[in-house]
Amino acid sequence: MDGGEPFMGHRACAGCGGALAVRIALKALGRRAVAVLPAGCMSAVGFNFPQLCFSNNAIISTFAGTASMMTGIAAGLRARGERDFKVVGFAGDGGTADIGIQALSGAIDRGDDMIYICYDNEGYMNTGTQRSSLTPYGARTTTTPAAGGARGNRLEKKNMLEIVAAHGIPYAATASVGYLRDYARKVEKAAAIEGPSYIQVLAPCPTGWGADPSETIDLAREAVDCGLWPLAEFEGGRLSLGAEPRDPSLLRAHLARQARFAHLTDGDLRRIEEGRDRRLDRMRGRAAKEEC
Amino acid sequence: MREGLRARGHIHGGGEVTRAFVSGNEALALGVRLAAPKVVCAYPITPQTTVVERLSEMVADGSLNAEFIYAESEHSAMSCAIGASAAGARAFTATSSQGLLYMAECLPYAAGGRFPIVMMNANRSVALPWNIYGDQRDSISQLDCGWIQAYAQDAQEALDLALMSYRIAERPDVSTPFMINLDGFSLTHACEAVDVPSPEQARGFLPPYEPEDAMDFGRPRNMGFSAGPEHNAFFKYREHLGILRARDAAAEAEEEFGRAFGRRYTGLVEEYMCGDADFVLITLGSVAGACRDAADRMRGEGVRAGVLRIRYMRPFPSAEIAEAVSGAEAVAVLEKDVSFGGTGTVFANVNSALYSAGARIPSSNYIGGLGGAPVSEGDACEIFRRMASGATGVRFIGMGGA
Repeated sequence: MDGGEPFMGHRACAGCGGALAVRIALKALGRRAVAVLPAGCMSAVGFNFPQLCFSNNAIISTFAGTASMMTGIAAGLRARGERDFKVVGFAGDGGTADIGIQALSGAIDRGDDMIYICYDNEGYMNTGTQRSSLTPYGARTTTTPAAGGARGNRLEKKNMLEIVAAHGIPYAATASVGYLRDYARKVEKAAAIEGPSYIQVLAPCPTGWGADPSETIDLAREAVDCGLWPLAEFEGGRLSLGAEPRDPSLLRAHLARQARFAHLTDGDLRRIEEGRDRRLDRMRGRAAKEEC
Repeated sequence: MREGLRARGHIHGGGEVTRAFVSGNEALALGVRLAAPKVVCAYPITPQTTVVERLSEMVADGSLNAEFIYAESEHSAMSCAIGASAAGARAFTATSSQGLLYMAECLPYAAGGRFPIVMMNANRSVALPWNIYGDQRDSISQLDCGWIQAYAQDAQEALDLALMSYRIAERPDVSTPFMINLDGFSLTHACEAVDVPSPEQARGFLPPYEPEDAMDFGRPRNMGFSAGPEHNAFFKYREHLGILRARDAAAEAEEEFGRAFGRRYTGLVEEYMCGDADFVLITLGSVAGACRDAADRMRGEGVRAGVLRIRYMRPFPSAEIAEAVSGAEAVAVLEKDVSFGGTGTVFANVNSALYSAGARIPSSNYIGGLGGAPVSEGDACEIFRRMASGATGVRFIGMGGA
C-alpha cells in the first residue's frame, strides 16, 4: 500500500464513500496506475482547475466513454514503450450500469488490460440523487419520489456483477468500503491479472441516502452483514462467495437508518427481504455447483 | 494491403514513389500508413469502411506498426483516440454521417483537450430519410466543434492530406484535431491513379509525434479537467487562437510538402481563373471538378467565369475568399448542405467574410447534391448564367427557391 496520498484536496461531501473507494484503490495500485474518471461525483470534486487532486496521471472521460478511453490510454502508453502500468477506471453506478455499459462491454469483450471500478452509491448523486439502474427497490430518489402515494423506486437493482461475468471476464468482484482490507485485496488481485477486471464497490452517499456522514462505514458494513450486498468473486468464470451474512435480521434496522427508505411499508420491506433471500440462494447454488 | 492494389501499382522516379490506381478511401489509407499512427480505432460505417479495412490489413501484415482497436461504437472510437492521444500516441480514426453525429460529444472534447487526432470523415447524408450517399451535412453540422476541417477533391489530395494533417495538427502552437473530409462514393469509392511517397520520404516530412504535455509517470498530469467561469474563457480563447494558427501551419506544411514531393497546394482555398473573373462560383469537395469544367465552357461563351474551391472550412478562409473575389461582379456558393430555416452554411460563412471585408458583391446560394444527387457541369453552367442575370437568394437545384 502506497504511503502517499494519491487523492487529496478534493471537494467531496463529508463521509463520501466514493472518495474513499478511489483513494484506497490508488493507494493499493501505486503511482503507475492511470486513473480515468467519467463525468460524475469524483471528477466533479477532484478536477477543478487549478485545484487538481490526483498524484497519479488522471483524466476525466466523457460520461459514456470511461472504458473506451481506458483502452486508448493503455494502447497509447504501450506505443510509447511504457510497461508495468495499469489503467484504472472509477465510474459511478450511472456511469457504469446505464450510460457507460456499452463501452464497458466493448472493453471487456476486447480483453483490454484494465481495472474497472464501479463505485456504487446507488444513484446519480452528482446531479442531485436521481434514480439509476443500480438504485435499489424502494429507494426514494428525486426521480422516484415517495409522496402522494408513490413509494420510491419500483424497479430492481440491475445485476451488474453477473452481466459483467457473463462476458467471460477473468476477474470480477463485489466489495464494500465497509470492508477496506477486503476491497484493497481485491484491487491488488485485479492488478495482478492481465486483461480486464471489474470491481463493484458499495460506496454509501450520506447526502443522497439521508444518513449522517459519520455512518458511511457502518452502513457499508451492514449492507454486507445483512446480506443485501453479498461479497462475491468471479475468477475464471467461477463464483465464490465471501462469508455468510453475519445477521440477516439487521436488514430492517439498516434500511431504517437511511431516510431514502423511510416511507417503506411492511410489504415493501418483506419484498426486499425476499429479494435478498432469493438472490443469496441463487448465488449460493451457483457457487456450490461450481465447486463440484 | 490487398494484392490487387499492389499489382496495379508500378514504380517510377528512382523507386521512391509508387504509382497506384486506388479509390479515394484506399489512397487515404495509404497516406495514413505513411503518417504511421500508433493507435487506429474505428467502427465501420458506409462509405468509410474500406479505409478501416485497408488499415486493419496493414496492421495485420505488419506494414503499419500500430494497434488496431475494434471500437464498439463511434463514440468509443473517438473516446479511445482521445485516450491514446492523452498518452502521447499518434491516433487515427474514421467515420461518416450518423457515426460522426453519434460521436459528436467527443469532438469538442478532443478539441478542447488540444489532442491532435486525425479523423477521416466520408461525407454522407444524414437521416431521415436514410441515405448512404454523399452530401456534406454531416461534417458541416460540426463546424463549431473546434476541429480543423479540410475537404479533398480527389484521391491524391486525400492521400496528401493524410500526411499533411498530422504535421499541421501536431504543431505545438496549433494542437488541434483535424478532420479530413472525402465526398461519399464520388470520392471515397472512385478510383484514380495516385503517387504514393516512400516511407522514408514520409518520415522525412513528418517526424514521430513526441508531445511534451502527455501523460508521464515521472511527472504525472491531471488532464481533461473542469474550468469554472473564472478560467473557462482562457482555455477557449487559446483553443481559438490554436485553430487560427492552422492557416500558417498549413502554409508551412504545404511549402515543405512541395519541396519533398513536388506537389503544390494552395492553402485554405484554391483559385481557378478567379483573377479576372466577373462571376465566381465558390464550392468545396469533389464537385469542384464539374465547376471548373463549367467555367471553361462559360469562358468559351464569353462569360468570364472562375471557381474558388474552399479547401478548409475551419479555420475559415475569410481573407482569402474576400481577396479572391475582390474584382468579381457576383459570387455564388454551391454546397451540399443546408442549415434548415437559414441558408446554406457555407454561404452564410462566405457572406460574413465578404461583409467583414467591406465587399458588397451580390451573392447567391445553390443547395445541391443532397443524398448523393448528381451535380453536373450543366448545373454549374446554369449557376453562372443565373449569376450573370443578377439572380440572388437561396435555391435548391432542381427544386426551386427558398
